[in-house]
Amino acid sequence: MVGKLLLRGMLVGLVAGILAFAFARVYGEPQVDKAIAFEESQAQAAGEAPEPEMVSRSTQAGIGLATGVLVYGAALGGLFSLVFAYAYGRLGSLGPRGTSALIAVLGFLAVIVVPSLKYPANPPAVGNAETIGYRTELFFIMIVVSIAAMVAAVGLAQRLWKQLGAWNASIVAGLAFLVVFALVKAALPDINEVPENFSATVLWQFRVASLGIQLVLWTVVGLGFGAVAERVVAVRDQRGPARRYA
Amino acid sequence: MSDTTFAPSYGPVAIPVRELLPWAIFGGLLLMLAIYFVGAEEGATSLIRGTAVHEFVHDGRHLLGFPCH
Repeated sequence: MVGKLLLRGMLVGLVAGILAFAFARVYGEPQVDKAIAFEESQAQAAGEAPEPEMVSRSTQAGIGLATGVLVYGAALGGLFSLVFAYAYGRLGSLGPRGTSALIAVLGFLAVIVVPSLKYPANPPAVGNAETIGYRTELFFIMIVVSIAAMVAAVGLAQRLWKQLGAWNASIVAGLAFLVVFALVKAALPDINEVPENFSATVLWQFRVASLGIQLVLWTVVGLGFGAVAERVVAVRDQRGPARRYA
Repeated sequence: MSDTTFAPSYGPVAIPVRELLPWAIFGGLLLMLAIYFVGAEEGATSLIRGTAVHEFVHDGRHLLGFPCH
């Protein structure tokens, strides 16, 4: 049962990865190229020798990008299916498609949107090589805290469900999540290593493209996985494959 | 057939944690290792010497939002 869900989740994630790769090629790569051009012009102006290219740009933007996004997509789909396997049947009467869509919305918020409000994606040329350890640490701390806050918020909503009703319980839980986010955002140090003269337009478009790639991944996984999981869970639910869920 | 006919269930049935746990642990670890290689290997930490992995997934790492270099 769980194995079937896991395999299907990874396959849906792979499909999501292919679409996200296409999106990244069209909307992301032009910004990466512009950022690298800026980096090179800065190095040239400073009189530094150009960095030797270990992997060609066309490899990085082609098979390298595809590998990264597809592996990430499959892993995301797999982890998503494990969360689904736990959540399904534990979120009231929500069916497989509804459960999957809800996990996708809350997961996209907790794993991507909220952490990126504090530590947004950066193109090449942005970021000091000496602080990579520090920045990586803070980035993952932010994600872990955000996921923990989301899990706690869902738990709170379920606890208040009976007294307040679904609508009001969700609002209270959402507010609690926002308060935690505001406190964590204030507590963790800011990072701003954007070089002077770096194009604001390129930075903005790069970050929008980055968020767009994640939106493609999470949307395809959230909608696609619910559809394929329906057949798997129908067996256990003893409803037969013909039964339609919300 | 009779056992299923006379015991219909009306809601989604949760998967017991005992059944889920081994998959969550082993699957979860392997999948997170995959994300680590795409997102962080040869950046802040390094399991393999050199920068080949980093350079190969370079664009993906930037565009997926990980701190790169």
